[in-house]
This record gives sequence, C-alpha cells and structure tokens, in this order.
Amino acid sequence: MWLAGRLVANEYVFFVGYAVAQYVLLATAWNVLGGYTGYVNFGTAAFFAIGAYVSVALHKFAALPLPLLVLAGGGAAGLVGLAMGYLTLKLRGVFFSIATLALAIVTQACVTNWGYVGGSSGAYVIRPRVGPWGGSYVEYLFYVMLLMAVAAVAIARTVERSRLGYGLAAIRDDELAAEAYGVPTLRLKLLATVISGTLMGMAGAPLPFYVAYLDPPSAFNLATAVNTIAMPLIGGSGTWIGPVIGAVLLTGVQEAAMVTISSAANLLIVGLLMVGFITLAPRGIVGLARSRRRPA
Amino acid sequence: MSALLEVAHVTKRFGGFTALSDVSLHVAPGERVGLIGPNGSGKSTLVNCISGTLTISEGSVSLGAQRIDGLAPHTRTRLGLARSFQLPRPFGGLSVADNVRVPLLYAGRPGRHDVKAILAMLGLADKAARLPLELTQIEMRKLEMARAMAAYPTLLIVDEVMAGLSHAEVDDILALLLRLNGEGVAIIMIEHIMRAVMAFSQRLVCLVAGQKVADGPPDEVTRNPDVLKAYLGE
Repeated sequence: MWLAGRLVANEYVFFVGYAVAQYVLLATAWNVLGGYTGYVNFGTAAFFAIGAYVSVALHKFAALPLPLLVLAGGGAAGLVGLAMGYLTLKLRGVFFSIATLALAIVTQACVTNWGYVGGSSGAYVIRPRVGPWGGSYVEYLFYVMLLMAVAAVAIARTVERSRLGYGLAAIRDDELAAEAYGVPTLRLKLLATVISGTLMGMAGAPLPFYVAYLDPPSAFNLATAVNTIAMPLIGGSGTWIGPVIGAVLLTGVQEAAMVTISSAANLLIVGLLMVGFITLAPRGIVGLARSRRRPA
Repeated sequence: MSALLEVAHVTKRFGGFTALSDVSLHVAPGERVGLIGPNGSGKSTLVNCISGTLTISEGSVSLGAQRIDGLAPHTRTRLGLARSFQLPRPFGGLSVADNVRVPLLYAGRPGRHDVKAILAMLGLADKAARLPLELTQIEMRKLEMARAMAAYPTLLIVDEVMAGLSHAEVDDILALLLRLNGEGVAIIMIEHIMRAVMAFSQRLVCLVAGQKVADGPPDEVTRNPDVLKAYLGE
C-alpha cells in the first residue's frame, strides 16, 4: 500500500488506508467490552467524538502535536468510560446497551452547545500540508492510525490470552457464577470499559485533521456506531482476529460501493451483511472457519 | 475447637417476608455438616447469605476470625469459602478445562494446584477440551465441584449437587466429597436424598420456615419431633 501510495502520488490510498485502520481500531476496542465481556455498547460514537473534540479544543488552545492530542483524547474518553461504567455496569444486557445509547445522545447535546469548539456550526481545522517527516499530512495520519490499530490488536490479543481474558469470558458467560468463583466482576468490567473507551477516543483524536471540518452530526455519525458493532459480529466477536477481518472486509466493501455505486448504499450493505451473518453465521467468519475445521 | 464458619443471629427479609429468622450456625474446621429442611425453608437463602450473593438484614457471618458479611462474594471465595450452585451454571463459551482455570486463576493457588490434576480427580480428564454443553448431567455436577475445588476452599458448600442422579452416581459424588473432606476441607451439604445426608454428615442442621429447629447428631435430629412434624405433618 505504501509503495502504491508513493508510486501513484495520490493521497486516495492513504485516505482509504486511514479508514481501514480506524475501523480496525474501533472494532477491536468495541470487542474488548462487547465480545470478550458480553456488554454491548451502542455508544461508540460518544467515545469517538470525545476523542475528536478534545483534539479540536486542544489544537485550538495550544496547537499541540498529534501524538499528544491522541493521548489526551484517549485519556478523556477513558475517564468517561470509567464514569459511565461506574454508573451503568450494574445494569445487565439490554439495559446497559440503552444506557450507552443515552450517553451518546447526552454527549452530542453537550458538544452541540459547546461554543469553544464551534457548537452546532462545527469547527474548521487547517490540516498542515506536510507531515513531520516529509510526505503529505494524510500519509502521516495514516501511519499514526496504523500504529494505533496494530497496538490495539496486540493489546486485545494479550488480554484474550491472559488472566484478565479468562475473567472477562467468565463474566460474559455467567456473571453471578464468575463472582462466586473469585472473579472481581465490577473491577474487571470497569477495566474493560476503560480500555475500550480509551482506544475509541484515540481513534477519534486524528479525525479533525482527516476531515478538516468537524461538526457534531459527522462526529456522532450513526454509521460509525453501526459499523463498529457490525465489524466484530461479521468477523467473529470474542476473538482478537474477528474485528480485524470484519473491519478490513467491511471497509473495503464500503469503499468499493462508494466509488462504484453511491455513498448512500453503504449503510444498506452493512445492514444486509449484518442480517445475513446473524441469521446464517452468528459466530462470524471466525466461527464459520472453526466449525469447518472441526465438523461437529 | 474454634469455629471456621460462624453464622450469628442472621435474619434475611425480602420486603415484608422473613426468609431467615435469627439463624445461628457454626462449622468447625474439617467438619461435615448436613443442612436439611423442606422446600422453601430457607436453605438456599442461607447459602446465598453466607456466600454473599445476598446481603443479610441482621446478624453477622464470620470466617475464621474475620467478619465477612460486608464483603463482596469474590472476596469471600478468595478467603476460602466456595460454593456450588443448585442448578449448574457453567461458563458456556469456555472449555471444561478453562471453566476450572477461572477459579484457579482468581481464587486458587495456581502454583500448587493444576487444572489437569483437578479434572483427573473428578474423572473429567478426557473431557478437558469439550464445551459444558457436551457434558452429561453427572459430568456437569462434577464440573461444578471441580470449579469449587479449584478455588482451594477451606469450606465448601454443596447445594443439592446430587439431585436427579442415579443411585450409583450419588455414591460416586459422595466418595468424592469424603475424599475432599479427608484433605481437610469442611463441607456443608444441602441435600434431600436422606441416604446421602445420613451417610455423609457428622452433624445435621434442620431449617423449617426460616428458623433453625434442630442441630445435633444425625440420629437425634431425625428423631426430633419438630423435624418430623415439618416433614411428615402431625
């Protein structure tokens, strides 16, 4: 991809690469809470947008370099995750999901009324022409996002095979039994929420530079939340590789549809794929591959 | 001998209904206690109050020298109090071995115990890679016990672990519990199968309508008029 990008001297490759890496990061983040722990979060947009808007605010305030904005955005989203987890993790199943949806709506209302970052009329962020090491700034954004996506996948993989991963899986399968067998359920759920929220915030932080103009409807876009849930489900939730497969596949299909059909076809495709997978392969591509390898 | 478990004047109310009323109970280290009583007499409520699934309304629960009634269930498990559930509650997405690994990692002594040894002791070694869904009823009960054992308890509470099992299977579980007890684990057994309770218990405690009506040697308790009245009517 790098070679292609350099050869054709066209930023499009990096634009697409950024989108793929961003969704790998978001889907992996969602999977830590949704796939490993079994708590379905509809509020991805809130964490993502918090990262983006912290980035806008700090950029306006002090023009900090991107890596610092990423850390700040991730930190802020992680704190919101902790607070939300503390308030809502006593709720189980669908009630937790509704609470996360409410969080997204409340956060959007707050940001829309926050004048410093442009409020409802949005904010322009002037994207520098060149990155810190030469090359275009979009190319630089792509590398930053790629690095974060790889790091997130590595974190998810480590968590999955660790003591923490067994604890989260136990919570997902039977929370009461997990607690009875020594798993500190509340603490582990909070940890999962913080990891998930932080990664989502980090995914959002470079967004203002990527889009150059950010307003609440685009930061809190429904498509982001829907895609982030669809990708682990299609790839196979509960495994580190599932969200990666789902994100690459779905972003690829969407980009192809955007170029060849229309941008409005995107959500329709996501919807159809989701319905298809949930009815035919509820455990995603990974589940499908596993049952193929080991016929029951 | 000083008590391992000391339940003192515990009352549990659900709204206006009193499920347990001023129940006191003690268990010595390594002791085998049978807890009996008609359906709805509060046995499972008492277990839930001891293990922390329910909070008590009045009274106290201590393990060793420590008050535990304010602690979270997982902390009590780490202190050595394990329980099995009346209806098996396996972690459905994890293999049999991983089901045992969870309590081992969180409450057990991973260095001294291992999953293989625990599964072998319960005769589940060849099922290690299976999912709980693929187990038979008795294997499911054994898995429930394996998980409790992996938590390295000093006190184990088994809640109707034999219900619905055949004669031979009951003997199988009974032998396992006696063996575990032989290693120094105190056990409270809740059971309706009187043959098993009588064979197992050194002491019987009987609950009727949330109150303790008898506590003593098994023969005495089964001849106690209050116990007979509760089971057979007048």
